[in-house]
Amino acid sequence: MLIAAILVLAVGTYAFRLSGVLLRERLELSASLQRMLPMSAAALLAALAATATLMAGSEFAGFARPAGVLAGALLAWRKAPFVLVVIAAAAVTALLRLAGIE
Amino acid sequence: MGTLYRTRAQLRDIGALAAASLAVGASFGAIAIAYGLPAWVPVVMSVLIFAGGAQFLAVGLLAAGNPIAAVLAGLLLNARHLPFGLAVADTIGTRWRDRLVGSHLMTDEAVAFALAESSPTARRRVYWLVGGSLFVAWNIGVVLGVLLGGATGDPDALGLDAAFPAGLIALILPSLRDRETRLVALTGAALAVLLTPVLPAGLPVMCALLGLLVLVRPTTRNRRSSPDAPPLTAGPAESARIAPVRPPSVPTPDDVSEGDRC
Repeated sequence: MLIAAILVLAVGTYAFRLSGVLLRERLELSASLQRMLPMSAAALLAALAATATLMAGSEFAGFARPAGVLAGALLAWRKAPFVLVVIAAAAVTALLRLAGIE
Repeated sequence: MGTLYRTRAQLRDIGALAAASLAVGASFGAIAIAYGLPAWVPVVMSVLIFAGGAQFLAVGLLAAGNPIAAVLAGLLLNARHLPFGLAVADTIGTRWRDRLVGSHLMTDEAVAFALAESSPTARRRVYWLVGGSLFVAWNIGVVLGVLLGGATGDPDALGLDAAFPAGLIALILPSLRDRETRLVALTGAALAVLLTPVLPAGLPVMCALLGLLVLVRPTTRNRRSSPDAPPLTAGPAESARIAPVRPPSVPTPDDVSEGDRC
């Protein structure tokens, strides 16, 4: 049962990935729809970033994580290197947690 | 980002991402073992599914003896890969080998890194570089986590849960300079956060696609009132020009059905 569940999830996930890639060629997309593709990807990624920042499961994630992400986002906005953004976000969150702030 | 970005800096960035991925992979392996699952489970999952969020979700439900929920929740969470595939299909390439392998390497980070590049060549290079190195780092991490068992600590103590959203934000910031993309993305993100408490995992993020409606509405109305209106591709200036003459809002049948879809 365990292996069956893993295989179904693996095949299903791969099917989602591949069908997007293959559908793209079959679909005759209008210019406006083609412009919307990168936009929808940006919307999905922004939604992932926002939910991963603010939520843990279906509840608010606490303050440490959003504070760290905010620090990283500010650095990114000031055009800091990506490495610095990632490290600063993790460090601020880890330090806040060390200080007892969740 | 494109021209400002030197290869070495980019390799360093991808290295940072891979290191974080390795650490999270290790904690995934350790958590799966701590749940009492056999050692092959996290390893096989990571090679065959290769989707961190879905794996964490599924492993908890599998350990709780609920394999059907694990499959459904995992698939729901990964449904976003279909629109991602549409967006990066040209980047992955047209050869069958590339499509088959490139599809499996698809992650949020690979898509975000690729879309941050402007030239097709750079997109293609960075997609494969990120996809490949994350696949290697993630799987090595999982094996390490399994070997170390419970010894790998809580990734939250290292703040790694903040590293990934911050990285995503850094990657999508350049594309948010475009006014329309910004509107769509921020609306979508707000919708996703608001819907997270009430919808099952995965659906809120998919609902971010409804953010595209902020784009469709004014143009549809414009086209109805004046058939000669320029097409949507005219650029960001267009919607700004349309806005003042937009008629008072009357919900159309379209609006209602789109709202219900979510």
